[in-house]
Amino acid sequence: MTRVVITGMGIYSVIGRNLADVRDSLYQGRSGIIFDQKRKDMGFRSALTGMVERPVLKGALDRRMRVGMPVQAEYAYMATCEALKNSGVEQGFLDKNEVGILYGNDSSAVPVVESVDILRKEKDTMLIGSGYIFQSMNSTVSMNLSVIFRLRGINFTVSGACASGSHAIGIAYLLIKEGLQDMIICGGAQEINPESTASFDALNAFSVRESDPTRASRPFDRDRDGLVPSGGAATVILESYESAKKRGAEILAEVAGYGFSSNGEHISLPNIDGPARAMLMSLKAAGMSSTEIDYINAHATSTPAGDGNEAQAIFQVFGKDMPLVSSTKSMTGHEMWMGGASEVVYSTLMMNNNFIAPNLNFENPDPATSCLKLATVTTPHEINAFLSNSFGFGGTNSSLVIRKPSF
Amino acid sequence: MQNDEIINKINQLLVDEIEIDAEKINPAADLKKDLEIDSLDFVDLFVIIERNFGVKMKSEEMTDIKSLQNFYDYIIIRVHSI
Repeated sequence: MTRVVITGMGIYSVIGRNLADVRDSLYQGRSGIIFDQKRKDMGFRSALTGMVERPVLKGALDRRMRVGMPVQAEYAYMATCEALKNSGVEQGFLDKNEVGILYGNDSSAVPVVESVDILRKEKDTMLIGSGYIFQSMNSTVSMNLSVIFRLRGINFTVSGACASGSHAIGIAYLLIKEGLQDMIICGGAQEINPESTASFDALNAFSVRESDPTRASRPFDRDRDGLVPSGGAATVILESYESAKKRGAEILAEVAGYGFSSNGEHISLPNIDGPARAMLMSLKAAGMSSTEIDYINAHATSTPAGDGNEAQAIFQVFGKDMPLVSSTKSMTGHEMWMGGASEVVYSTLMMNNNFIAPNLNFENPDPATSCLKLATVTTPHEINAFLSNSFGFGGTNSSLVIRKPSF
Repeated sequence: MQNDEIINKINQLLVDEIEIDAEKINPAADLKKDLEIDSLDFVDLFVIIERNFGVKMKSEEMTDIKSLQNFYDYIIIRVHSI
């Protein structure tokens, strides 16, 4: 079986628009969460959100390339450009080789709202224009990037709620491992706007600590009161070891194992069994024991139930001798469809820079989370292997084990 | 609106909205081959022309519109018949 490696990464995040800035933010424990007055004016219960500015792509891409791209495809384009650049992959390589794309995304609200608003106002679909249909589909990111980069391999979007980005990497890993593709551009993208989060705010799921935005996202803390929505995009270039070696690429990490499961219970409340099975499966796939994991990047979104159940699941799998745990969502907020991919980028940056980023805002445990060994401050630490969790609505679970290359 | 105003406006919209290279704009230019206006661009042109001239283009009338001059003539006739 082929071994699967990461040869490039790129990020467009609320904590940095490139890898260097993100690494710095992770190390400094810098939050990307703000209070958005526009949401308050619209009637949101919580106006908290991660925020990143829209990239300006005029000049970089021609109009036809741009017109079908919603904001999350623009973020993904930026992240993918960085990833391809630092993997040493140029357009010539993409033209000569079958390279695929599997990107995580699970919504595209604004284009649907805007195009239907035009229809309602004008009563004529001929005034909608050519871009909205491509912007409106869940597969908008993979669709657009495959055209922009002229990709000719596998091409679709993975939608698994807040596990989308992680599952995209997992499926790509399986395809490459199976010898079906040599290189796949993977990632996750998430739109940032009120339209896509209004119905999520309706669940009372967001933190209302509006007086102190950077302290609102507090995974595992006793006083956590909900998640903070966020977004952006992250790209990871997955490749077979043989392909990486053949072109002399620098190997950043190895994807050692992918585990998945479904809870089979509640649509929004997670359980313990599903996540535990996904973690165990990823360790088994990697041929590793729990004692070989040096860091767990938790899914923990700062929700009362979710964080508690994940803590119990981690304890079930890793026991008292668990490695250090942190949730980078304490800084970024919940990046949703981007999260699984971005957290692989964040954790790989930590692994390759020998530190664990802090789980911000942890002041007190509660009975469910007191079992955890949390990194509450930036912790210098050698990480040879980490495990990254992503869980989503519908009970979808994804766990990835990633380790330092040893070839 | 005078004919030359209409032509100048069409040219400006092609450059600013469809982002066609200004140097390529000439009445003899073939819309598809020289200006590279494809079927999706035509969809956007429908919107742009309606918003700027109040003219509703019809796709079935586009089959004989090959050159930029054909396009000018098509729009001019419809502007004057509003």
